[in-house]
Amino acid sequence: MRLTLHVWRQSGPSDPGRFMRYDVTDVSPDMSFLEMLDVLNQQLLSRQESPIAFDHDCREGICGACGMVINGRPHGPRHATTTCQLHMRMFPDGAELWLEPWRAQAFPVVKDLVVDRSAFDRLIAAGGFITARTGSAPEANNTLVPKRDADLAMDAAACIGCGACVAACPNASAMLFVAAKVSHLGLLPQGQPERGARVVHMVDQMDAEGFGACTNHGECMAACPKEISIDFIARLNRDYLKATLAPKPSVKEFTGAA
Amino acid sequence: MELRSRAPEGPLAEKWEHHRSAIKLVSPTNKLKHHIIVVGSGLAGASAAASLAELGYTVSCFCFQDSPRRAHSIAAQGGINAAKNYQNDGDSVHRLFYDTIKGGDFRSREANVYRLAETSAQIIDQCTAQGVPFAREYGGLLANRSFGGVQVARTFYARGQTGQQLLLGAYQALERQVGAGKVTMHPRAEMLDLVVVDGRARGIVVRDLVTGAVASHVGDAVVLATGGYSNVYYLSTNAKGCNVTAIWRAHRRGAAFANPCFTQIHPTCIPQTGPHQSKLTLMSESLRNDGRIWVPKKKGDARPPQQIPEAERDYYLERLYPSYGNLVPRDVASRRAKDVCDEGRGVGPGGYGVYLDFADAIARLGRHVIAERYGNLFEMYERITAENPFDVPMRIYPAPHYTMGGLWVDYNLMTTVDGLYAIGEANFSDHGANRLGASALMQGLADGYFILPYTIGDYLAQAKLGKLGTDHTAFKQVEREVSERVDRLLTARGRRTPDAFHRELGRLMWDKCGMSRTAKGLEEARKKIVELRDEFARDVYVGGRGEDFNQTLEHAGRVADFFELAELMCRDALDREESCGCHFREEFQTPEGEAKRDDARFSYVAAWEYAGAGKAPVLHKEALAFEAVHLTQRSYA
Repeated sequence: MRLTLHVWRQSGPSDPGRFMRYDVTDVSPDMSFLEMLDVLNQQLLSRQESPIAFDHDCREGICGACGMVINGRPHGPRHATTTCQLHMRMFPDGAELWLEPWRAQAFPVVKDLVVDRSAFDRLIAAGGFITARTGSAPEANNTLVPKRDADLAMDAAACIGCGACVAACPNASAMLFVAAKVSHLGLLPQGQPERGARVVHMVDQMDAEGFGACTNHGECMAACPKEISIDFIARLNRDYLKATLAPKPSVKEFTGAA
Repeated sequence: MELRSRAPEGPLAEKWEHHRSAIKLVSPTNKLKHHIIVVGSGLAGASAAASLAELGYTVSCFCFQDSPRRAHSIAAQGGINAAKNYQNDGDSVHRLFYDTIKGGDFRSREANVYRLAETSAQIIDQCTAQGVPFAREYGGLLANRSFGGVQVARTFYARGQTGQQLLLGAYQALERQVGAGKVTMHPRAEMLDLVVVDGRARGIVVRDLVTGAVASHVGDAVVLATGGYSNVYYLSTNAKGCNVTAIWRAHRRGAAFANPCFTQIHPTCIPQTGPHQSKLTLMSESLRNDGRIWVPKKKGDARPPQQIPEAERDYYLERLYPSYGNLVPRDVASRRAKDVCDEGRGVGPGGYGVYLDFADAIARLGRHVIAERYGNLFEMYERITAENPFDVPMRIYPAPHYTMGGLWVDYNLMTTVDGLYAIGEANFSDHGANRLGASALMQGLADGYFILPYTIGDYLAQAKLGKLGTDHTAFKQVEREVSERVDRLLTARGRRTPDAFHRELGRLMWDKCGMSRTAKGLEEARKKIVELRDEFARDVYVGGRGEDFNQTLEHAGRVADFFELAELMCRDALDREESCGCHFREEFQTPEGEAKRDDARFSYVAAWEYAGAGKAPVLHKEALAFEAVHLTQRSYA
């Protein structure tokens, strides 16, 4: 196969960035998308040109490191598939592809296709956890969890934190990411004591990071490589409403900070 | 160098309890004053950092990924073992201990393995409390499955994403401490050296992977939780970024490296498709619960699998090992797959594959049950191969997956450098010469949640450490050395990329120091590695600048350390003139082709001391004394 790539090149946050054109030949249909970029990068290096920077690690679709917008779609054309699990057999010979980084105010570009997603970590730090100090846990089978709830919690917990939902959203909202965590923990009996505080703090943090609001486009779910459902956003909204009617706990009380 | 295991006296079942009661504690007010550096944020690193911060210590945690949640523990699929005996099938702490010792082919330290088994049940409690969504039965209780090398069902799981869910539990606990200001997280930061002052680990030198800035961090203790080194083979199931640099640099600063040749080749991975292959993908071992492994009886049989009649199939594991069948330990399953492929009975392109067939299980249990158990794995397989395992058998082949070797640690998980600890896959401790499935997650979390947080206090309470700043000459000296190393890589400006060198090294290690090894092959490999390493120093091309986000530079530094490690692996494999677990020396096998141990000569941990560049490392032996188990020839027949 041969391909024409237009790749977003940006040396750093202050560089305005531009598309550069590359022709790639000898692409095998069995290659993964990232292996195709590896081949191109090896060629660029052998010509002493700067290789294209992109995040990747496990290449098994689970670490959430990889991700780029391919022809306008986060993670490319295949449903429920991360960029690393996308294979070249999905593209016709001679295809012309435009590769861009996630674009969102809360995800500044680091270099080329690499963005800074540390806002997601701060969202989790704001409340995406159950306080369970090491050593204080009761015997596991003392807490019964109906299989249906455990399965639904697992559906939400499957989020890999890649950020495709934000990149797909016209508002660059992180609602699906936050909703997945709020639902995962809120569906379990262990997550009940902090349920209200969790949703309030995470939503506040989401606003502080510069993510947009949700206006029900549903693009996030379509782009999500783990098929996280927007039903969880409805669950978040319900929890948020309930929690904000109650008095808001202080951050100090919540995190146990001294 | 002296190896003191510090394994406590007394009966096996009481050692840990006694030890915990006897070790020194740090008072709550003093904990605040101690700064602990944790490198790595996988199961071991994240659980340790979170637990230490909960105890009151001041913690800095470093990872090379953009977020601690992406550490490679996340990719573990199948499950985590615990001796809960929820299935009432006769499991116990002693049985988990024994299975682990036996699975490791009697090359691990009894006291450590027993403690691991003891701690296992508490891990499940801890993770459940954090909200890890383990699989449940309809009544709401936790579910279990079985795994290779054992005859009880003691594995807890969260679909095929157990590692992900356990890591997210630990990551969330870690982020809670970040939010509370007790942990400072440094993502996209790579440890490039260890700083030892007056014989004690006092800090690290890291490179900021975004700006390229090299900086020092001072601590009262340093914990390495940086995972394994399977990527020395280039193609492995490890994430692309996994590397040996942190523990190798610590080795060069005085930490003994134990059993480097004990590397596990996992039997169920998706076979390679071509020269572009960048990594290999594991298919969880749990698939062997319901899948049957076979190859055609006839050599070179090119018929599609469905057209090969039952009578012409060789279910070779079931034939050779009737009582364990497809659930033999990983080393045995891998070697047998290699044997049938070497005989010319392999399947798929290139003939390096065997079938893992679910047809019987689908007929017996129904498609929906198989979909529920393995749905995401089947999808992943189909994405990669464009074949649907519901319709045609999977093709699998062994691939490097886990390294039992690592930094030598004592019972307190401290290395031979005072104040330097190694936990999780980065240490050598619990799996001997072969790790059983679903035990890596158990060990990482045992070390991080329940062992290190206690044992580190014993050191800190007694160490009497003076105040140090990054302006100390030792830090400045190491920073200079790190910068010089980075500059050397950049200024070589040769003709070959780090990736090209890495592939060549990997191929060599796979051929000569992989699934089976010979003295002749290992000697050849050692010579070749030295030549290749010299060529790398002269002829590598990195490009770009050091003061920049430069992924080629990151890779080059890791490859340079893999070269040094590779030589030590070959030396260790050559020195160990026996076969045990994953270390299979062709010269030492039983008439049935199983690993033949030599307990009289090799019942020890080989701990190598770095002696300086170009000098032969010094071998130290920790004799393994077995009090509770009787050494036997492993039999899974």
